[in-house]
Amino acid sequence: MKLKGAEIVWECLTREGVDVVFGYPGGANMPIYDAMLNYPVHHVLVRHEQGAAHMADGYARVSGKVGVAMATSGPGATNLVTGICTAMMDSVPTVFITGQVAAHLIGGDAFQETDVTGITLPITKHNYLVTRVEEIAETIREAFYIARSGRPGPVLIDICKNAQVESCEFEYPDEPKLVGYQPVTRSPRNLLDDAVALIEKAKKPVILCGHGVLMSKAEEELMQFAVKTQTPVTSTLLGLGAFPASHPLSLGMMGMHGEAYANNAIQNSDLILAFGMRFDDRVTGTLKTYAPKAKKIHIEIDPSEVHKNVFVDVPLVGDVKTVVSDLIPLVDEYDHDEWLEEINGWKSEVDSRSIMNWQDDGKLYVAHLISDIWKATGGGAIVTTDVGQHQMWTAQYYQLEKPNRWLTSGGAGTMGFGLPSAIGAWFAAKDQEIWAVAGDGGFQMTAAELTTAVQEGANVKVAIMNNQYLGMVRQWQEFFFDKRYSAVNMLTPDFVKLAEAHGVPARRVTKREEVNEAIEWARKTEGPVVLEFRVEQEEAVYPMVPAGAALHEMIRRPVKQ
Amino acid sequence: MNYTFIALVENKPGVLNRVASLFRRRNFNIESLAVGRTDNPEVSRMTIVVDCPNGDMDAHRIEANLYKLVNVIDVQDVTHQPNVTRDLALIKVMVKPERRAEVNGLAEIFRARIVDVAPDSVIVEITGTEDKIEGMIELLRPIGIVEMVRTGQVSMTRGVHDGVRRMPGMSDRHFADVSVAAMVP
Repeated sequence: MKLKGAEIVWECLTREGVDVVFGYPGGANMPIYDAMLNYPVHHVLVRHEQGAAHMADGYARVSGKVGVAMATSGPGATNLVTGICTAMMDSVPTVFITGQVAAHLIGGDAFQETDVTGITLPITKHNYLVTRVEEIAETIREAFYIARSGRPGPVLIDICKNAQVESCEFEYPDEPKLVGYQPVTRSPRNLLDDAVALIEKAKKPVILCGHGVLMSKAEEELMQFAVKTQTPVTSTLLGLGAFPASHPLSLGMMGMHGEAYANNAIQNSDLILAFGMRFDDRVTGTLKTYAPKAKKIHIEIDPSEVHKNVFVDVPLVGDVKTVVSDLIPLVDEYDHDEWLEEINGWKSEVDSRSIMNWQDDGKLYVAHLISDIWKATGGGAIVTTDVGQHQMWTAQYYQLEKPNRWLTSGGAGTMGFGLPSAIGAWFAAKDQEIWAVAGDGGFQMTAAELTTAVQEGANVKVAIMNNQYLGMVRQWQEFFFDKRYSAVNMLTPDFVKLAEAHGVPARRVTKREEVNEAIEWARKTEGPVVLEFRVEQEEAVYPMVPAGAALHEMIRRPVKQ
Repeated sequence: MNYTFIALVENKPGVLNRVASLFRRRNFNIESLAVGRTDNPEVSRMTIVVDCPNGDMDAHRIEANLYKLVNVIDVQDVTHQPNVTRDLALIKVMVKPERRAEVNGLAEIFRARIVDVAPDSVIVEITGTEDKIEGMIELLRPIGIVEMVRTGQVSMTRGVHDGVRRMPGMSDRHFADVSVAAMVP
């Protein structure tokens, strides 16, 4: 069957199971947009291409499928860059399709020509420049396979306009034709035995649960392993939700703003079992003093992550689900009562400092608000965040019980991620409650997507934590720059009017007693809703491991008199 | 110290850029890079010499990251394997006819060849290891080098020896030193 390149694009996408794409049309991808009308695919018109990238990202994180975003050449494609980088740093399976000027114009600085494959080279898992119609089908086949296999990630396909309008015989390849690319999924037996020997000897083991557990859908295996060996589990920021927060073995989040007892557990442990995580500097503190007494077992799909930051004793390269399944029958049942007792000691000490035990002083604290939203939603909502203080408070106080409902930009730390990723998530889970928690700074970066939410009827609830500061930068300036506040005091617009101008019902909350009613109002109101909370301006996130300090050298919340 | 890698890559546009970009991105300095087609027109072969300040640790990182490039088919570290290594240089020396014999003599000692003679200059072609070429350059310098070009190092392991592949977790504890022959079915 002879088809035009633009039609082949949609033939391929529908065969890959794509039913929604996020994008923005322009000169260089108009044939693709024209052909789209004949295919059963829903297109979401965004207000800025960064929004499209984050939506595809959010859709992928919730659905587990590959998210797809589109843009035209030049500025359309470069506007995707921040979103592609975000997906790359957090290993999210995404495919980006950009239009490019006709092949014979490439290199001639044509209108809206940009070297997009060059620009995105370091922030994609792989990318393609397609100059001929004959290459489209096999390229899309490969792109989806690469995006979702091994360590997932973004793949970009830049399609020249001539390839979109030319025709050729269409045939979709059964298998991608890749000679070199072969992800390893299974670790050899001798290494598993080495790991088991370490596990047998361990008195103070701790599991570090990362995003890889969620990506490989290994929550069940993690639970079995943790319970069988009675090993406590602490999560990275992106690993939250893989292990239920209420479980007695759960230690919550580790790292720079992690639970003090989780960090203490790591520093005092004699065996670290890293499941699908990469020892990022935000979870290790200084490497010189990181978990000094611990042997380390690292289960990781990407060989380049092994020994990258932390030298490990047993590297188990492979898919977390497969490797942990292989390990479970090899280990015996253990109890580590003494160790768990020791950790519980640290846990109880935390209560005296907890902001949750503060008396109501009339002010709004983000930690309390997150907890209120958590209670109101029964802990079951899909929650997205921007980046900064509110992100850390949400991680700390929205206690997740289930996987794939926590969307946050971890590796890249991208402000403006919250609202668009929530819209993307809605397309993956329309029957679920979705909350986007944002700061006043980050919200303003992608606030234009409110209209997209209205146009699509996306049922997302936005909670803006407005402290009129770039809060996390302010906190660093308070702690480490003698409180010399530089460019952090931010005038904010009237968010209620702004939302209403977009056609979004909105409320401002300034008093403690208004909180629960406002949350309930937002939950009951159909479609997108904005709540602006005027929160305490100079509150800080605790505990905090200062950059470059050891993981146990935390700045703790002062005990309130 | 310098490590030498042989990488087989798909012969497609942009692959050299991907490889070179990787070294920049991961903060490694390429000492020399030579690329050419193999007997299979779809496969190019690169010999990459890289400074690895942290020894095997860096070599592992480089290999693992090269494998992350979709177009890379195979990587071998031949640094510690018996191998044949060659570099080719063309050196143009400013020399009047009366001193040509001197250059000729040097060329003979180094098994180099005079490949072009002009009234006031000659081009010397020399093939060999880096040390040998450096030695020749030092001796020609006082006579007067006007121009020089080098291909960069190319390497091949001797006999049936293969290079080393360090895939963590594939076989041994830290870095599996696996013969490539054992890896390829």
